[in-house]
Amino acid sequence: MKSGSNLEKVLTAGHFAVTGECGPPRSADGKIVREKAKHLKGNVDSVNVTDNQTSVVRLSSLAGSLLLHQEGLEANMQMTCRDRNRIAMQSDILGAYALGVRNLLCLSGDHQKFGDHPEAKNVFDIDSLQLIQTVKMMRDERKLLSGQEMEEGTEPRLFIGAAVNPFADPFDFRVYRLAKKAAAGVDFVQTQCIYNMAKFKEYMKRAHDMGLTEKVFVLAGITPMKSLGMARYMKNYVPGMDVPDLIIDRLKGVEKKGQAKEGIQIAVDQIQEMKEIPGVAGVHIMAIEWEEKVPELVEKAGLLPRPQV
Amino acid sequence: MIIAERKPIEEILEMVRDFKKILIVGCKGCVTVCNAGGRKEVGILASIIRLAREKDKNPIEIIEETLERQCDPEYIEQLADTAHEYDAILSMACSVGPQFIAARFSEARVFPALNTEFMGGALEHGVWAEFCQGCGDCKIHLFGGFCPIARCSKSLLNGPCGGSSGGKCEISKDVDCVWHLIVEKLMSEGKLDQLTQVKPIKNWATSRDGGPRKVVREDLKL
Repeated sequence: MKSGSNLEKVLTAGHFAVTGECGPPRSADGKIVREKAKHLKGNVDSVNVTDNQTSVVRLSSLAGSLLLHQEGLEANMQMTCRDRNRIAMQSDILGAYALGVRNLLCLSGDHQKFGDHPEAKNVFDIDSLQLIQTVKMMRDERKLLSGQEMEEGTEPRLFIGAAVNPFADPFDFRVYRLAKKAAAGVDFVQTQCIYNMAKFKEYMKRAHDMGLTEKVFVLAGITPMKSLGMARYMKNYVPGMDVPDLIIDRLKGVEKKGQAKEGIQIAVDQIQEMKEIPGVAGVHIMAIEWEEKVPELVEKAGLLPRPQV
Repeated sequence: MIIAERKPIEEILEMVRDFKKILIVGCKGCVTVCNAGGRKEVGILASIIRLAREKDKNPIEIIEETLERQCDPEYIEQLADTAHEYDAILSMACSVGPQFIAARFSEARVFPALNTEFMGGALEHGVWAEFCQGCGDCKIHLFGGFCPIARCSKSLLNGPCGGSSGGKCEISKDVDCVWHLIVEKLMSEGKLDQLTQVKPIKNWATSRDGGPRKVVREDLKL
């Protein structure tokens, strides 16, 4: 075991893993995180806590992770390269581990242009690949980037995660970027929300053929659509999102008040399909501000009960 | 070269509002090439200010001059005889110029007429883009001749990130994803190996992050 985290245990034991997501609030209201946790507890193996996603200031991912731990859930703490330099990142990694964080997701981060502080100065001292390498070095070599060594037993033993987007361009390079993350030392990756199953299968086939799924656990990203409007918005306005007409048509096919139910059913169908794709080790459910639907979704998808390992 | 752009006229008029006699000084270097602060632009700005002030019934005397360069003390020295005669000096060089003038003539009130934008080149007539960030450790040969430091919005050494879409950057459809260009070029040349090795963490000490920089050439010192 690298970290001994619940997620690592579930994946290593060969179970089909389920991770969730929790976006902290734009205030110091920890109750919101605790509320979201209630919907996820018992339904997922661990929960991503986002790090100021879309560059909007929110309660920190470390604080959010600790709140989840207090509620009996396990966090996947997200860390972006946008807001911290290598000094702050290593410091936060050490601190997070000392406070009980066991899974760390290494991300570049959305550009601040999208967020509520477009006039901010960004950092990008290191990139997500280099962050993966850094965490691995801290864990496996017990060294900081400076070369400073940590005594045995005092190093942060984290399960290292990253994100991949099979639908960003150039498509032919995307699987090589996964290979780079594997070479850098990532243990698991979560994908961008998947709607174009054919394209995702092609990506997974390439990853599988290259032997990458032997090295890295791939969790397929699932975001249930709340409405036709959301589907259209994601198709037209979210960069790197591939929403085929098939999804739009399915939602169009039902009356407005039935669209949320259809959105859940689409997600259920997708999860069933994911279970059959070679190399897919689990799903990452991002029910954006819709955490209360997660229990129903995992139930319908036959993912309960979650394994006790 | 250094690409600069004239400040909005309202901002410049506000700067010189209380002055009766000013010098507008251009530069024959980069800002002449990028049509921001050469002799021609000095003349245009002087005319605009004069007209605006006449309209306000608050006339102003403007002297126009354009130096060989404003980033070299020897050319700044050409202003020595007259600098004291002006209420203010408006420099149309990149920000090096007004800083040199202000340092040389401590009594003078010096204002920048331009915003210094970036180091770049012309894409077409009237369009300039950023190509260099002056990081002090050029590695473009490792990236198919493109600079990811200056031209990737996140300065990624191991791009492209998940926001690359249709060859464009996530921040704007007007911004090319430089990593798309790098990948296309190296893959078409069969140099996939250059892309698949993880590029190490950059040493930013040679960049601005190491503090204000200086280049010293002992062989050239007098």
